[in-house]
Amino acid sequence: MATARAKAGDAPHPSAPIAAKLRMRYAKRGRARFSSHRDVARTMEWTLRRAGVPVALSQGFSPHPKLSWLGAAPTGAASEAEYLEIGVTEELDPAVVAREVDAALPDGLAVVEVVRAGPGAIADRIDASRWVIDTPGVPDERLRPAIETFLAATEVTVERLTKNGPRPLDVRSAVAELGLTLTRTDEPEDADREDRARAATCGRLMTVVRHTTPAARPDDVCSALRAVAGLEFPEPVRATRWAQGRLDERGELVDPLAADRAAPTA
Amino acid sequence: MVESVFESLEPLLPRVKKPVQYVGGERNAGTKPWDSVPVHWALCYPDAYEVGLPNQGLMILYEVLNERADALAERTYAVWPDLAALMREHGVPQFTVDGHRPVGAFDVLGVSFATELGYTNLLSILDLAGIPLHAADRDTSHPLVLAGGHAAFNPEPIADFVDIVALGDGEEVVGEITEVVEATRGCSRREVLERLAAVPGVYVPGLYDVSYGDDGAIAAVTPTSEAAPARVHKRTTSDLDDWPYPKQPLVPMAETVHERMSVEIFRGCTRGCRFCQAGMITRPVRERSPQGVGEMVEQGLKTSGYHEVGLLSLSSADHSGIGEIAKGLADRYEGTGTGLSLPSTRVDAFNVTLAEELTRSGRRSGLTFAPEGGSERLRKVINKMVSEDELIATVGTAYEHGWRQVKLYFMCGLPTETDEDVLQIATMAHGVIRAGRKAAGRGDVRATVSIGAFVPKPHTPFQWAAQADPDVVDARLRKLREAINSDRGLGRNIGLRYHDGQPSLIEGLLSRGDRRVGRVIERAWRDGQEFDGWSEHFSFERWVAAADAELTDVDLAWFTTRERDQDETLPWDHLDSGLDRGWLWDDWQDALHAEEQDDCRWTPCFDCGVCPTMGTEIQMAPPGSVPLSITPVGDRTSTPVRNPAFAADRGA
Repeated sequence: MATARAKAGDAPHPSAPIAAKLRMRYAKRGRARFSSHRDVARTMEWTLRRAGVPVALSQGFSPHPKLSWLGAAPTGAASEAEYLEIGVTEELDPAVVAREVDAALPDGLAVVEVVRAGPGAIADRIDASRWVIDTPGVPDERLRPAIETFLAATEVTVERLTKNGPRPLDVRSAVAELGLTLTRTDEPEDADREDRARAATCGRLMTVVRHTTPAARPDDVCSALRAVAGLEFPEPVRATRWAQGRLDERGELVDPLAADRAAPTA
Repeated sequence: MVESVFESLEPLLPRVKKPVQYVGGERNAGTKPWDSVPVHWALCYPDAYEVGLPNQGLMILYEVLNERADALAERTYAVWPDLAALMREHGVPQFTVDGHRPVGAFDVLGVSFATELGYTNLLSILDLAGIPLHAADRDTSHPLVLAGGHAAFNPEPIADFVDIVALGDGEEVVGEITEVVEATRGCSRREVLERLAAVPGVYVPGLYDVSYGDDGAIAAVTPTSEAAPARVHKRTTSDLDDWPYPKQPLVPMAETVHERMSVEIFRGCTRGCRFCQAGMITRPVRERSPQGVGEMVEQGLKTSGYHEVGLLSLSSADHSGIGEIAKGLADRYEGTGTGLSLPSTRVDAFNVTLAEELTRSGRRSGLTFAPEGGSERLRKVINKMVSEDELIATVGTAYEHGWRQVKLYFMCGLPTETDEDVLQIATMAHGVIRAGRKAAGRGDVRATVSIGAFVPKPHTPFQWAAQADPDVVDARLRKLREAINSDRGLGRNIGLRYHDGQPSLIEGLLSRGDRRVGRVIERAWRDGQEFDGWSEHFSFERWVAAADAELTDVDLAWFTTRERDQDETLPWDHLDSGLDRGWLWDDWQDALHAEEQDDCRWTPCFDCGVCPTMGTEIQMAPPGSVPLSITPVGDRTSTPVRNPAFAADRGA
């Protein structure tokens, strides 16, 4: 009988402890928007290893990298503002980590910024998202009256399918801001005439949504417009999260990494 | 110039399940400009992306072809019915995931058949691609449809649907096919096919005529062209160290069935398990050197970032240098969060020692043993020699060394099998739990018994055998369940996993079928059959109805549950895996008398015929070890990759 064998729970070769925490803002663009949160998480773990970032591992027989994820954009939605916290075993230059990880990511995923974590939890600095939603087949003129009806309502409830079955969701109370936005930055320059004609029929919404439970997603905002104003969306909408942060009293989103940038370096 | 169809595909993607599987963009994938090369390959695994993406064969050929200056290769997989319906509605053709180019625009559509259950998906893919289903209806504007992989050793059931078949290892033949395709540009389809028939290992079914006798069996297979050889021999890649592929494993964003860096440590197997087609058709054994393995692992982890390495082969513990490989890799990656695993079917203490080495800094959850047959007599029939005492002792060692769970693999429906043989699986499982409790000193040890229904395969000694009727298999498995649970105290620690026998009967039809089975496949597909490997899509009734409708002189039972005579011409007799037919028959007779056959790696040659026929030889790796060490002890981090960009931060 072997008695000196390791038992479940005590790892025979513990990895080094966390020396620093890094916070990463990354983007999910183009075709990568079809990835789910699990897809992105797996991809990021492998990418960090490819890039040689010394991520700390949990103890035990099945070590996992010390990564903390903040609420991820849903499958099908793009984002310029996703956040991740990484425990590393060495002090590293955040700018070098940003560069090396960005180079190792597959197309469609990109590092926007990496900072060294200051005091406080990043989760406490995020309570809302700003989304831009393209609505192919529904031009701005048709969106405008629907938005007005929606904003005038005190409650707009849609049904959301959750793990525990359908649940009612009051989208109106979650929406802090909803309007049209005129910025069109992603129109293909070499699009042929037909594409341009299609773009002319494509409206663009901007909305700031508070993080409720369950979270109101861009799709829910569109469902709410359908519910309140009978607006039909003939094609799937394309949503992009432009920012996350804390909604201040002026209705602006405060950059969640601002406090880390301002923190004195250790 | 061939345009991407992504623009028209993209609006469909939000409406389907797991859309990420259709967008490509895997790390280490790439596209070449269409006009930069003369020959364009679409490589296809005819199952869902999650199954096809990790396929090693496809990944190897993808890299080998893309390294050539005269070719590009892109990948395509089976499309699930939800997207397929939308594609038909919106006129989007079958596409590659790399460039989203229409598959119909390529010169060659190479389809890798690991199993016959991909045949109906082939038809779906051809149909979605706008390629005529029948090779006879194609002209030079269509791709050459090429079948490869293990199932292609009897391609007769799909002979009407494919233009060419490649037998054996693909690394070299794809280059030769590329050259012929380029050289025959402008020639008629017939001329192209005749030129391809001259490439060793390439079989062109359309250049042969098959006639049948009054008894329903094949009377003759006759070449209809001077260019078609009477026999086609398989290809064999020698010296695996010259073929270190995949060098840059594809890393998908989508979830797949194998998320790890795989290194093939040897190819071929001479254990001689009589049910095992892979072991028969891939002879002889060719080992990769420990150094070669070490370099592939290092390179693969660097380019993939995977945290698991699989050391693949048909029986990985049999590599002559496996001890050195296991120790070397375990030392090198200790503390880096890198898991090491090897599939092994051996049932001996060495297997436990190896597994212990590989998992010394990782999880020790389950260990797998494959006795395959329940009784000692049956194990002699299938040539899988292990005694019950050995198995119990081995499993005891595993429990002693910290494992809490073992998996035991068996087959049901083997030749000569009786109820009694199968019921002995219960006796064995009970013994395993008893020994496990004693060795572990605790009651919570577990064993899972997994059972697959046996399907006789071409080019094996069991190619003449009668397949067991699904009702017989199902009845035996019911009795086995009762026997396992007859002792409740032991039975509650034993899990039993099996599938019902019906799909195996259809697999049997497709495995040993001849050209007449093609009509059955087409009918079943027209009636809606596809994704045969997925129980929720498989319909036994649909297959039986298709067989009843399309087979006239012979029937489903004739192809499956009927034992063949020695002199019957088998549909694949003109396709040469190197195995001597006389030797196979003798081995079949030995099986019926429960006589065993040794392994030619350790005993003298027993004249299976492969080496002299193919001009090959056993290649054992020279003694050596995995070079150390990229991770100095004391500087352990979670990553096996050293990035010099971070060196400055280390104050080095």
